[in-house]
Amino acid sequence: MPGIIEADDLTKTYNDTTAVSHIRFSVQKGEIFGFLGPNGAGKTTTMRMIQCVSPRTSGTLRVFGMDPAINPAEIKQRIGVVPQETNLDPDFTTEGNLLTFARYFDIPETEAQKRVENLLAFVSLTEKRKTSIDKLSGGMKRRLILARALINNPDLLILDEPTIGLDPQARHLIWERLRLLRSQGNTIVLTTHYLDEAARLCDRLVIMDHGTFLVEGTPAALVRDQVVSEIIEMDNTPEVIACLSDLGVPFESLGEQVQVATDSSRELAKTLLDRCKNSRISTRPATLEDVFLKLTGRTLRE
Amino acid sequence: MSSILSVPRISRRAGKVWRRNLDVFIKTWKVNFFPPLIEAFLYLSAIGLGIGTYVGAIDGVPYINFIAPAVLAISAMNSAFFECTYGSYVRMYYQKSFDAIIATPLSIEDVIAGELLWGATRAVISVTIMLPVLVVFKVVSLPFSLLTIPLAFFGGLTFAGLAMCFTAITPTIDTLNYPSFLLITPMMLFSGTFFPLTILPVLFQYLALAIFPLTHLVSLMRMATLPAAGSLIFLNIAWLLVATVFFCIISINLMRRRLIV
Repeated sequence: MPGIIEADDLTKTYNDTTAVSHIRFSVQKGEIFGFLGPNGAGKTTTMRMIQCVSPRTSGTLRVFGMDPAINPAEIKQRIGVVPQETNLDPDFTTEGNLLTFARYFDIPETEAQKRVENLLAFVSLTEKRKTSIDKLSGGMKRRLILARALINNPDLLILDEPTIGLDPQARHLIWERLRLLRSQGNTIVLTTHYLDEAARLCDRLVIMDHGTFLVEGTPAALVRDQVVSEIIEMDNTPEVIACLSDLGVPFESLGEQVQVATDSSRELAKTLLDRCKNSRISTRPATLEDVFLKLTGRTLRE
Repeated sequence: MSSILSVPRISRRAGKVWRRNLDVFIKTWKVNFFPPLIEAFLYLSAIGLGIGTYVGAIDGVPYINFIAPAVLAISAMNSAFFECTYGSYVRMYYQKSFDAIIATPLSIEDVIAGELLWGATRAVISVTIMLPVLVVFKVVSLPFSLLTIPLAFFGGLTFAGLAMCFTAITPTIDTLNYPSFLLITPMMLFSGTFFPLTILPVLFQYLALAIFPLTHLVSLMRMATLPAAGSLIFLNIAWLLVATVFFCIISINLMRRRLIV
Protein backbone atom coordinates (compact mmCIF):
# COMPACT_ATOMS: atom_id res chain seq x y z
CA MET A 1 0.00 0.00 0.00
CA PRO A 2 1.43 3.43 -0.88
CA GLY A 3 2.25 5.61 2.13
CA ILE A 4 0.87 9.01 3.10
CA ILE A 5 4.14 10.51 1.88
CA GLU A 6 6.28 8.92 -0.84
CA ALA A 7 9.56 10.58 -1.76
CA ASP A 8 12.07 9.26 -4.25
CA ASP A 9 15.33 10.86 -5.31
CA LEU A 10 14.05 14.07 -3.73
CA THR A 11 16.50 16.95 -4.16
CA LYS A 12 16.51 20.63 -3.31
CA THR A 13 19.21 23.09 -4.23
CA TYR A 14 19.42 26.81 -3.43
CA ASN A 15 21.66 28.54 -5.93
CA ASP A 16 24.86 26.56 -5.47
CA THR A 17 24.15 24.77 -2.21
CA THR A 18 22.41 21.43 -2.04
CA ALA A 19 20.10 21.37 0.97
CA VAL A 20 18.55 17.97 0.32
CA SER A 21 20.23 15.40 -1.87
CA HIS A 22 18.47 12.41 -3.44
CA ILE A 23 16.57 11.22 -0.39
CA ARG A 24 14.04 8.43 -0.47
CA PHE A 25 11.48 7.65 2.20
CA SER A 26 7.92 6.60 2.77
CA VAL A 27 5.68 7.48 5.69
CA GLN A 28 2.83 5.08 6.48
CA LYS A 29 -0.58 5.97 7.78
CA GLY A 30 -0.76 6.16 11.59
CA GLU A 31 2.95 6.32 12.37
CA ILE A 32 5.14 8.98 13.94
CA PHE A 33 8.11 9.47 11.66
CA GLY A 34 11.08 11.54 12.85
CA PHE A 35 13.80 13.49 11.08
CA LEU A 36 16.90 13.99 13.22
CA GLY A 37 20.06 15.81 12.37
CA PRO A 38 22.31 18.70 13.29
CA ASN A 39 21.50 22.26 12.18
CA GLY A 40 21.64 22.64 8.42
CA ALA A 41 21.12 18.93 7.80
CA GLY A 42 18.13 19.59 5.51
CA LYS A 43 15.28 18.66 7.87
CA THR A 44 13.34 21.90 7.62
CA THR A 45 13.81 22.03 3.86
CA THR A 46 12.32 18.54 3.62
CA MET A 47 9.35 19.60 5.78
CA ARG A 48 8.79 22.68 3.61
CA MET A 49 8.71 20.58 0.46
CA ILE A 50 6.13 18.23 2.01
CA GLN A 51 3.97 21.14 3.10
CA CYS A 52 3.96 22.53 -0.47
CA VAL A 53 5.60 25.86 0.36
CA SER A 54 8.98 25.14 -1.18
CA PRO A 55 9.14 23.64 -4.69
CA ARG A 56 11.49 20.67 -5.13
CA THR A 57 14.38 20.89 -7.54
CA SER A 58 14.15 17.30 -8.78
CA GLY A 59 12.92 13.84 -7.89
CA THR A 60 9.39 12.79 -7.07
CA LEU A 61 7.24 13.62 -4.08
CA ARG A 62 3.67 12.54 -3.42
CA VAL A 63 1.56 13.49 -0.44
CA PHE A 64 -1.77 11.61 -0.20
CA GLY A 65 -0.87 10.43 -3.70
CA MET A 66 -0.86 13.99 -5.05
CA ASP A 67 1.98 16.12 -6.36
CA PRO A 68 2.72 19.28 -4.30
CA ALA A 69 3.63 21.10 -7.52
CA ILE A 70 0.20 20.39 -9.04
CA ASN A 71 -2.32 20.14 -6.17
CA PRO A 72 -0.90 22.29 -3.35
CA ALA A 73 -4.28 23.58 -2.12
CA GLU A 74 -5.80 20.07 -2.00
CA ILE A 75 -2.83 18.73 -0.05
CA LYS A 76 -2.65 21.69 2.30
CA GLN A 77 -6.35 21.33 3.07
CA ARG A 78 -5.51 18.00 4.73
CA ILE A 79 -2.30 18.82 6.62
CA GLY A 80 -1.59 20.70 9.83
CA VAL A 81 1.73 22.46 10.32
CA VAL A 82 3.61 23.41 13.49
CA PRO A 83 6.46 25.60 12.22
CA GLN A 84 9.80 25.98 13.95
CA GLU A 85 9.28 29.71 14.27
CA THR A 86 6.31 30.95 16.28
CA ASN A 87 4.16 32.81 13.76
CA LEU A 88 0.92 33.37 15.61
CA ASP A 89 -0.97 36.46 14.52
CA PRO A 90 -0.30 39.18 17.14
CA ASP A 91 -3.29 41.18 15.90
CA PHE A 92 -5.69 38.59 17.36
CA THR A 93 -6.43 36.89 20.67
CA THR A 94 -5.85 33.21 21.37
CA GLU A 95 -9.34 32.35 20.18
CA GLY A 96 -9.12 34.88 17.31
CA ASN A 97 -6.04 33.12 15.96
CA LEU A 98 -7.90 29.84 15.72
CA LEU A 99 -11.03 31.37 14.21
CA THR A 100 -9.07 33.30 11.59
CA PHE A 101 -7.19 30.14 10.66
CA ALA A 102 -10.43 28.18 10.44
CA ARG A 103 -11.60 30.61 7.78
CA TYR A 104 -8.52 29.92 5.65
CA PHE A 105 -9.69 26.28 5.57
CA ASP A 106 -13.26 27.19 4.62
CA ILE A 107 -14.63 25.87 7.91
CA PRO A 108 -18.10 27.31 8.53
CA GLU A 109 -18.38 29.72 11.47
CA THR A 110 -20.51 27.53 13.78
CA GLU A 111 -18.37 24.46 13.15
CA ALA A 112 -15.24 26.57 13.75
CA GLN A 113 -16.60 27.76 17.11
CA LYS A 114 -17.15 24.16 18.15
CA ARG A 115 -13.67 23.08 17.09
CA VAL A 116 -12.03 26.06 18.82
CA GLU A 117 -13.80 25.09 22.04
CA ASN A 118 -12.49 21.51 21.84
CA LEU A 119 -8.98 22.48 20.77
CA LEU A 120 -8.53 25.06 23.52
CA ALA A 121 -9.47 22.34 26.02
CA PHE A 122 -7.16 19.86 24.25
CA VAL A 123 -4.12 22.13 24.77
CA SER A 124 -5.32 23.43 28.17
CA LEU A 125 -5.78 27.05 27.07
CA THR A 126 -9.51 27.51 27.65
CA GLU A 127 -8.91 30.17 30.30
CA LYS A 128 -6.67 32.14 27.95
CA ARG A 129 -9.17 32.35 25.11
CA LYS A 130 -9.50 36.15 25.25
CA THR A 131 -5.80 36.79 25.97
CA SER A 132 -3.71 38.58 23.37
CA ILE A 133 -0.78 36.65 21.94
CA ASP A 134 1.98 38.78 23.45
CA LYS A 135 0.70 37.98 26.94
CA LEU A 136 1.14 34.20 26.45
CA SER A 137 4.23 32.37 27.74
CA GLY A 138 6.48 30.49 25.34
CA GLY A 139 4.90 27.17 26.28
CA MET A 140 1.39 28.52 25.80
CA LYS A 141 2.31 29.84 22.36
CA ARG A 142 3.62 26.44 21.27
CA ARG A 143 0.47 24.76 22.54
CA LEU A 144 -1.67 27.29 20.70
CA ILE A 145 0.28 26.59 17.52
CA LEU A 146 -0.42 22.89 17.98
CA ALA A 147 -4.12 23.68 18.37
CA ARG A 148 -3.98 25.87 15.28
CA ALA A 149 -2.40 23.04 13.29
CA LEU A 150 -5.32 20.79 14.27
CA ILE A 151 -8.14 23.20 13.31
CA ASN A 152 -8.76 21.42 9.99
CA ASN A 153 -8.72 17.89 11.51
CA PRO A 154 -5.60 17.09 9.48
CA ASP A 155 -4.80 13.59 8.23
CA LEU A 156 -1.11 14.49 8.40
CA LEU A 157 0.55 16.62 11.06
CA ILE A 158 3.96 18.15 10.33
CA LEU A 159 5.93 19.43 13.31
CA ASP A 160 9.23 21.26 12.94
CA GLU A 161 10.92 21.26 16.36
CA PRO A 162 7.61 21.12 18.24
CA THR A 163 9.03 21.43 21.77
CA ILE A 164 11.90 23.82 21.17
CA GLY A 165 12.60 25.99 24.23
CA LEU A 166 9.89 24.45 26.38
CA ASP A 167 10.06 23.45 30.03
CA PRO A 168 9.68 19.73 30.89
CA GLN A 169 6.01 20.14 31.88
CA ALA A 170 5.07 21.66 28.55
CA ARG A 171 7.14 19.08 26.63
CA HIS A 172 5.42 16.21 28.38
CA LEU A 173 2.02 17.71 27.67
CA ILE A 174 2.82 18.01 23.97
CA TRP A 175 4.22 14.46 23.81
CA GLU A 176 1.14 13.11 25.47
CA ARG A 177 -1.11 14.97 23.02
CA LEU A 178 0.88 13.70 20.05
CA ARG A 179 0.56 10.09 21.24
CA LEU A 180 -3.15 10.64 21.67
CA LEU A 181 -3.38 11.94 18.11
CA ARG A 182 -1.51 8.92 16.80
CA SER A 183 -3.86 6.60 18.66
CA GLN A 184 -6.69 8.30 16.77
CA GLY A 185 -5.07 7.31 13.48
CA ASN A 186 -3.22 10.54 12.67
CA THR A 187 0.05 10.40 10.81
CA ILE A 188 2.76 12.60 12.28
CA VAL A 189 6.07 13.74 10.81
CA LEU A 190 8.41 15.68 13.05
CA THR A 191 11.92 17.05 13.23
CA THR A 192 13.79 17.40 16.48
CA HIS A 193 17.16 18.02 18.04
CA TYR A 194 16.09 16.32 21.23
CA LEU A 195 17.13 12.71 21.01
CA ASP A 196 15.13 11.66 24.04
CA GLU A 197 12.08 13.15 22.34
CA ALA A 198 12.74 11.14 19.20
CA ALA A 199 13.37 7.95 21.18
CA ARG A 200 10.12 8.35 23.13
CA LEU A 201 7.85 9.40 20.29
CA CYS A 202 8.99 8.06 16.95
CA ASP A 203 7.95 4.72 15.50
CA ARG A 204 10.60 5.17 12.84
CA LEU A 205 13.20 7.81 12.25
CA VAL A 206 16.01 8.86 9.98
CA ILE A 207 19.21 10.63 10.95
CA MET A 208 20.15 13.21 8.35
CA ASP A 209 23.30 15.17 7.69
CA HIS A 210 24.44 17.28 4.75
CA GLY A 211 21.15 16.67 2.95
CA THR A 212 21.30 12.87 2.96
CA PHE A 213 20.09 10.07 5.20
CA LEU A 214 22.72 8.34 7.29
CA VAL A 215 20.48 5.66 8.80
CA GLU A 216 16.82 4.77 9.01
CA GLY A 217 14.94 2.50 11.43
CA THR A 218 13.18 2.21 14.75
CA PRO A 219 14.93 3.98 17.64
CA ALA A 220 15.71 0.68 19.39
CA ALA A 221 17.10 -0.98 16.28
CA LEU A 222 19.30 2.02 15.52
CA VAL A 223 20.88 1.92 18.97
CA ARG A 224 21.36 -1.84 18.73
CA ASP A 225 22.85 -1.76 15.23
CA GLN A 226 25.00 1.32 15.48
CA VAL A 227 26.55 1.17 18.92
CA VAL A 228 27.10 -1.48 21.51
CA SER A 229 24.66 -1.80 24.36
CA GLU A 230 26.51 -0.12 27.22
CA ILE A 231 28.81 2.82 27.76
CA ILE A 232 31.40 2.95 30.56
CA GLU A 233 32.48 6.44 31.60
CA MET A 234 35.74 7.14 33.46
CA ASP A 235 37.83 10.19 34.41
CA ASN A 236 40.14 11.47 31.71
CA THR A 237 43.50 11.17 33.51
CA PRO A 238 46.86 10.02 32.16
CA GLU A 239 46.71 6.96 34.47
CA VAL A 240 43.37 5.87 33.05
CA ILE A 241 44.54 6.42 29.48
CA ALA A 242 47.71 4.42 30.13
CA CYS A 243 45.75 1.68 31.83
CA LEU A 244 43.21 1.38 28.99
CA SER A 245 46.00 1.37 26.42
CA ASP A 246 47.78 -1.42 28.33
CA LEU A 247 44.61 -3.47 28.37
CA GLY A 248 44.04 -2.82 24.69
CA VAL A 249 40.51 -1.51 25.28
CA PRO A 250 39.31 0.92 22.56
CA PHE A 251 38.14 4.21 24.08
CA GLU A 252 37.16 7.76 23.19
CA SER A 253 38.32 10.71 25.25
CA LEU A 254 35.94 13.63 25.54
CA GLY A 255 37.08 16.51 27.71
CA GLU A 256 36.88 15.43 31.35
CA GLN A 257 35.71 11.97 30.40
CA VAL A 258 36.79 8.77 28.74
CA GLN A 259 34.08 6.60 27.21
CA VAL A 260 34.37 2.91 26.52
CA ALA A 261 31.67 1.21 24.49
CA THR A 262 31.05 -2.44 25.34
CA ASP A 263 28.60 -5.30 25.17
CA SER A 264 29.65 -6.80 28.49
CA SER A 265 29.94 -3.80 30.73
CA ARG A 266 29.79 -5.71 34.00
CA GLU A 267 32.87 -7.85 33.33
CA LEU A 268 34.81 -5.05 31.72
CA ALA A 269 33.91 -2.61 34.53
CA LYS A 270 35.14 -5.13 37.06
CA THR A 271 38.43 -5.54 35.21
CA LEU A 272 38.83 -1.81 34.89
CA LEU A 273 38.06 -1.29 38.58
CA ASP A 274 40.76 -3.78 39.48
CA ARG A 275 43.36 -2.54 37.06
CA CYS A 276 42.80 1.19 36.65
CA LYS A 277 42.88 2.75 40.10
CA ASN A 278 42.05 6.30 41.02
CA SER A 279 39.12 6.75 38.71
CA ARG A 280 35.41 6.86 39.16
CA ILE A 281 33.66 4.34 36.94
CA SER A 282 30.04 4.47 35.91
CA THR A 283 28.13 2.50 33.34
CA ARG A 284 24.95 3.44 31.48
CA PRO A 285 22.93 1.98 28.60
CA ALA A 286 23.73 3.37 25.14
CA THR A 287 21.16 5.88 23.81
CA LEU A 288 20.11 7.40 20.54
CA GLU A 289 22.38 10.31 21.41
CA ASP A 290 25.39 8.00 21.17
CA VAL A 291 24.22 6.90 17.73
CA PHE A 292 23.65 10.50 16.69
CA LEU A 293 27.07 11.70 17.81
CA LYS A 294 28.79 8.68 16.33
CA LEU A 295 27.20 9.32 12.94
CA THR A 296 27.30 13.12 12.76
CA GLY A 297 30.47 13.79 14.76
CA ARG A 298 31.04 16.19 17.61
CA THR A 299 32.02 19.25 15.62
CA LEU A 300 29.85 22.26 16.37
CA ARG A 301 27.49 23.27 13.55
CA GLU A 302 26.52 26.71 12.31
CA MET B 1 10.66 29.54 -13.88
CA SER B 2 7.76 31.78 -14.67
CA SER B 3 8.49 35.25 -15.96
CA ILE B 4 7.95 38.44 -14.02
CA LEU B 5 5.15 39.36 -16.43
CA SER B 6 3.24 36.09 -16.39
CA VAL B 7 -0.31 36.38 -15.10
CA PRO B 8 -0.46 34.90 -11.58
CA ARG B 9 -3.09 32.31 -10.67
CA ILE B 10 -5.30 33.83 -8.01
CA SER B 11 -8.23 32.09 -6.36
CA ARG B 12 -11.22 33.53 -4.52
CA ARG B 13 -9.38 32.60 -1.30
CA ALA B 14 -7.62 35.97 -1.64
CA GLY B 15 -10.78 37.37 -0.06
CA LYS B 16 -9.90 35.64 3.21
CA VAL B 17 -6.73 37.70 3.57
CA TRP B 18 -8.76 40.82 2.81
CA ARG B 19 -11.22 39.76 5.49
CA ARG B 20 -8.42 39.17 8.01
CA ASN B 21 -7.17 42.72 7.50
CA LEU B 22 -10.69 44.11 7.72
CA ASP B 23 -11.23 42.29 11.05
CA VAL B 24 -8.08 43.88 12.48
CA PHE B 25 -9.12 47.28 11.10
CA ILE B 26 -12.55 47.04 12.72
CA LYS B 27 -11.03 46.01 16.06
CA THR B 28 -9.00 49.22 16.07
CA TRP B 29 -11.57 51.43 14.31
CA LYS B 30 -11.17 54.31 16.75
CA VAL B 31 -7.58 54.98 15.75
CA ASN B 32 -8.40 54.39 12.09
CA PHE B 33 -11.51 56.52 11.79
CA PHE B 34 -10.36 59.97 12.90
CA PRO B 35 -7.16 60.66 10.92
CA PRO B 36 -8.93 61.05 7.53
CA LEU B 37 -11.60 63.20 9.13
CA ILE B 38 -9.04 65.51 10.71
CA GLU B 39 -6.85 65.47 7.61
CA ALA B 40 -9.72 66.70 5.43
CA PHE B 41 -10.54 69.43 7.90
CA LEU B 42 -6.93 70.60 8.20
CA TYR B 43 -6.24 70.69 4.44
CA LEU B 44 -9.43 72.55 3.66
CA SER B 45 -9.02 75.17 6.35
CA ALA B 46 -5.26 75.77 6.06
CA ILE B 47 -4.72 75.52 2.32
CA GLY B 48 -8.25 75.99 0.98
CA LEU B 49 -9.38 78.87 3.15
CA GLY B 50 -5.97 80.18 4.25
CA ILE B 51 -3.99 80.22 0.99
CA GLY B 52 -7.23 80.35 -0.98
CA THR B 53 -7.83 83.87 0.34
CA TYR B 54 -4.82 85.05 -1.68
CA VAL B 55 -5.30 82.82 -4.69
CA GLY B 56 -8.98 83.46 -5.22
CA ALA B 57 -9.99 81.29 -8.17
CA ILE B 58 -8.29 79.04 -10.72
CA ASP B 59 -9.96 78.97 -14.17
CA GLY B 60 -13.10 80.31 -12.52
CA VAL B 61 -13.13 77.61 -9.82
CA PRO B 62 -12.80 78.81 -6.20
CA TYR B 63 -9.40 77.65 -4.87
CA ILE B 64 -10.88 75.54 -2.08
CA ASN B 65 -13.06 73.72 -4.64
CA PHE B 66 -9.97 73.25 -6.82
CA ILE B 67 -7.99 71.48 -4.12
CA ALA B 68 -10.91 69.47 -2.67
CA PRO B 69 -10.57 66.54 -5.14
CA ALA B 70 -6.77 66.62 -4.67
CA VAL B 71 -7.24 66.17 -0.94
CA LEU B 72 -9.29 63.05 -1.68
CA ALA B 73 -6.81 61.70 -4.23
CA ILE B 74 -3.80 62.29 -1.97
CA SER B 75 -5.54 60.55 0.89
CA ALA B 76 -6.43 57.59 -1.34
CA MET B 77 -2.80 57.42 -2.49
CA ASN B 78 -1.38 57.59 1.04
CA SER B 79 -3.79 55.03 2.52
CA ALA B 80 -3.12 52.45 -0.17
CA PHE B 81 0.60 53.14 -0.50
CA PHE B 82 1.43 53.07 3.19
CA GLU B 83 -0.82 50.07 3.83
CA CYS B 84 1.00 48.02 1.19
CA THR B 85 4.50 49.21 2.09
CA TYR B 86 4.92 49.47 5.86
CA GLY B 87 1.71 47.58 6.71
CA SER B 88 2.39 44.64 4.42
CA TYR B 89 6.08 44.58 5.30
CA VAL B 90 5.29 44.32 9.01
CA ARG B 91 2.86 41.47 8.35
CA MET B 92 5.33 39.73 6.05
CA TYR B 93 8.60 40.18 7.93
CA TYR B 94 7.89 40.87 11.60
CA GLN B 95 4.64 39.03 12.15
CA LYS B 96 5.41 36.17 9.71
CA SER B 97 1.73 36.24 8.84
CA PHE B 98 2.29 35.34 5.19
CA ASP B 99 4.32 32.25 6.19
CA ALA B 100 1.52 31.16 8.50
CA ILE B 101 -1.17 31.70 5.88
CA ILE B 102 0.56 29.84 3.05
CA ALA B 103 0.62 26.73 5.26
CA THR B 104 -3.15 26.68 4.66
CA PRO B 105 -4.81 26.15 1.26
CA LEU B 106 -3.99 29.75 0.30
CA SER B 107 -1.11 30.35 -2.10
CA ILE B 108 1.30 33.27 -1.91
CA GLU B 109 -0.49 34.73 -4.94
CA ASP B 110 -3.77 34.65 -3.00
CA VAL B 111 -2.13 36.35 -0.03
CA ILE B 112 -0.64 39.21 -2.03
CA ALA B 113 -3.82 39.69 -4.05
CA GLY B 114 -5.73 39.94 -0.76
CA GLU B 115 -3.25 42.52 0.50
CA LEU B 116 -3.61 44.58 -2.70
CA LEU B 117 -7.41 44.48 -2.48
CA TRP B 118 -7.14 45.54 1.13
CA GLY B 119 -4.84 48.47 0.20
CA ALA B 120 -7.44 49.64 -2.34
CA THR B 121 -10.14 49.24 0.31
CA ARG B 122 -8.18 51.46 2.69
CA ALA B 123 -8.27 54.15 -0.01
CA VAL B 124 -12.05 53.73 -0.30
CA ILE B 125 -12.47 53.98 3.47
CA SER B 126 -10.42 57.19 3.66
CA VAL B 127 -12.30 58.87 0.82
CA THR B 128 -15.65 57.76 2.22
CA ILE B 129 -14.82 59.31 5.60
CA MET B 130 -13.52 62.55 4.03
CA LEU B 131 -16.30 63.13 1.55
CA PRO B 132 -18.95 64.25 4.11
CA VAL B 133 -16.48 66.88 5.40
CA LEU B 134 -16.11 68.22 1.87
CA VAL B 135 -19.88 68.24 1.49
CA VAL B 136 -20.26 70.20 4.72
CA PHE B 137 -17.70 72.72 3.44
CA LYS B 138 -19.84 72.91 0.27
CA VAL B 139 -16.78 72.45 -1.94
CA VAL B 140 -17.92 69.39 -3.92
CA SER B 141 -21.13 68.85 -5.84
CA LEU B 142 -23.47 65.94 -5.37
CA PRO B 143 -24.33 63.41 -6.66
CA PHE B 144 -21.38 63.24 -9.09
CA SER B 145 -18.87 63.48 -6.23
CA LEU B 146 -19.97 60.02 -5.13
CA LEU B 147 -17.96 58.77 -8.11
CA THR B 148 -14.83 59.56 -6.09
CA ILE B 149 -15.55 56.42 -4.05
CA PRO B 150 -15.19 53.90 -6.92
CA LEU B 151 -12.34 56.07 -8.23
CA ALA B 152 -10.64 55.67 -4.85
CA PHE B 153 -10.76 51.89 -5.26
CA PHE B 154 -9.37 52.08 -8.78
CA GLY B 155 -6.58 54.54 -7.90
CA GLY B 156 -6.03 52.79 -4.59
CA LEU B 157 -5.31 49.54 -6.41
CA THR B 158 -2.77 51.35 -8.60
CA PHE B 159 -0.90 52.64 -5.56
CA ALA B 160 -1.26 49.35 -3.70
CA GLY B 161 0.38 47.55 -6.65
CA LEU B 162 3.15 50.15 -6.88
CA ALA B 163 3.73 49.94 -3.13
CA MET B 164 3.85 46.14 -3.15
CA CYS B 165 6.60 46.24 -5.80
CA PHE B 166 8.77 48.24 -3.39
CA THR B 167 7.85 45.95 -0.48
CA ALA B 168 8.89 42.95 -2.56
CA ILE B 169 12.38 44.29 -3.22
CA THR B 170 13.19 46.34 -0.12
CA PRO B 171 16.00 44.85 1.96
CA THR B 172 14.78 46.38 5.25
CA ILE B 173 11.85 48.40 6.50
CA ASP B 174 14.04 51.53 6.62
CA THR B 175 14.72 51.50 2.89
CA LEU B 176 10.98 51.88 2.34
CA ASN B 177 11.59 55.51 3.28
CA TYR B 178 13.16 56.11 -0.15
CA PRO B 179 10.02 55.65 -2.25
CA SER B 180 8.06 57.52 0.40
CA PHE B 181 10.19 60.65 0.20
CA LEU B 182 11.56 60.46 -3.32
CA LEU B 183 8.34 59.43 -5.06
CA ILE B 184 5.25 60.01 -2.94
CA THR B 185 6.15 63.49 -1.65
CA PRO B 186 7.04 65.02 -5.06
CA MET B 187 4.01 63.30 -6.54
CA MET B 188 1.81 64.87 -3.91
CA LEU B 189 3.07 68.35 -4.86
CA PHE B 190 3.48 68.17 -8.64
CA SER B 191 0.47 66.23 -9.92
CA GLY B 192 -1.93 69.07 -10.52
CA THR B 193 -2.94 68.90 -6.87
CA PHE B 194 -2.50 72.38 -5.39
CA PHE B 195 -1.91 74.23 -8.68
CA PRO B 196 -2.75 73.34 -12.28
CA LEU B 197 -0.14 71.41 -14.25
CA THR B 198 -0.37 74.00 -17.03
CA ILE B 199 1.74 76.52 -15.12
CA LEU B 200 4.70 74.11 -15.17
CA PRO B 201 7.18 74.08 -18.09
CA VAL B 202 5.87 71.82 -20.86
CA LEU B 203 8.54 69.19 -20.26
CA PHE B 204 7.43 68.82 -16.64
CA GLN B 205 3.81 68.65 -17.67
CA TYR B 206 4.55 65.66 -19.89
CA LEU B 207 6.69 64.12 -17.20
CA ALA B 208 3.90 64.40 -14.63
CA LEU B 209 1.47 62.79 -17.07
CA ALA B 210 3.92 60.08 -18.02
CA ILE B 211 5.17 58.90 -14.63
CA PHE B 212 2.88 60.11 -11.84
CA PRO B 213 -0.22 57.96 -11.27
CA LEU B 214 -1.55 60.68 -8.98
CA THR B 215 -1.81 63.14 -11.91
CA HIS B 216 -4.42 60.90 -13.49
CA LEU B 217 -6.29 60.17 -10.28
CA VAL B 218 -6.52 63.86 -9.33
CA SER B 219 -7.68 64.70 -12.84
CA LEU B 220 -10.49 62.11 -12.69
CA MET B 221 -11.53 63.03 -9.18
CA ARG B 222 -11.68 66.72 -10.12
CA MET B 223 -13.96 65.86 -13.04
CA ALA B 224 -16.26 64.14 -10.53
CA THR B 225 -16.35 66.85 -7.86
CA LEU B 226 -16.72 69.97 -10.09
CA PRO B 227 -18.37 68.21 -12.04
CA ALA B 228 -16.93 68.73 -15.52
CA ALA B 229 -15.58 66.12 -17.92
CA GLY B 230 -12.10 67.11 -19.06
CA SER B 231 -10.33 66.46 -22.33
CA LEU B 232 -7.94 63.98 -20.70
CA ILE B 233 -10.62 61.64 -19.36
CA PHE B 234 -9.80 58.71 -21.67
CA LEU B 235 -6.06 59.13 -21.29
CA ASN B 236 -6.47 59.23 -17.49
CA ILE B 237 -8.59 56.08 -17.38
CA ALA B 238 -6.42 54.17 -19.85
CA TRP B 239 -3.18 55.15 -18.09
CA LEU B 240 -4.46 54.08 -14.68
CA LEU B 241 -5.89 50.85 -16.05
CA VAL B 242 -2.64 49.81 -17.69
CA ALA B 243 -0.54 50.89 -14.71
CA THR B 244 -2.76 49.03 -12.24
CA VAL B 245 -2.63 45.76 -14.14
CA PHE B 246 1.12 46.16 -14.66
CA PHE B 247 1.97 46.99 -11.04
CA CYS B 248 -0.29 44.32 -9.56
CA ILE B 249 1.05 41.52 -11.76
CA ILE B 250 4.68 42.50 -11.23
CA SER B 251 4.27 42.92 -7.49
CA ILE B 252 2.75 39.45 -7.08
CA ASN B 253 5.51 37.86 -9.15
CA LEU B 254 8.22 39.74 -7.25
CA MET B 255 6.70 38.69 -3.94
CA ARG B 256 6.62 35.04 -4.99
CA ARG B 257 10.27 35.36 -5.96
CA ARG B 258 11.08 36.82 -2.56
CA LEU B 259 9.09 34.38 -0.42
CA ILE B 260 8.99 31.07 -2.28
CA VAL B 261 12.45 29.50 -2.30
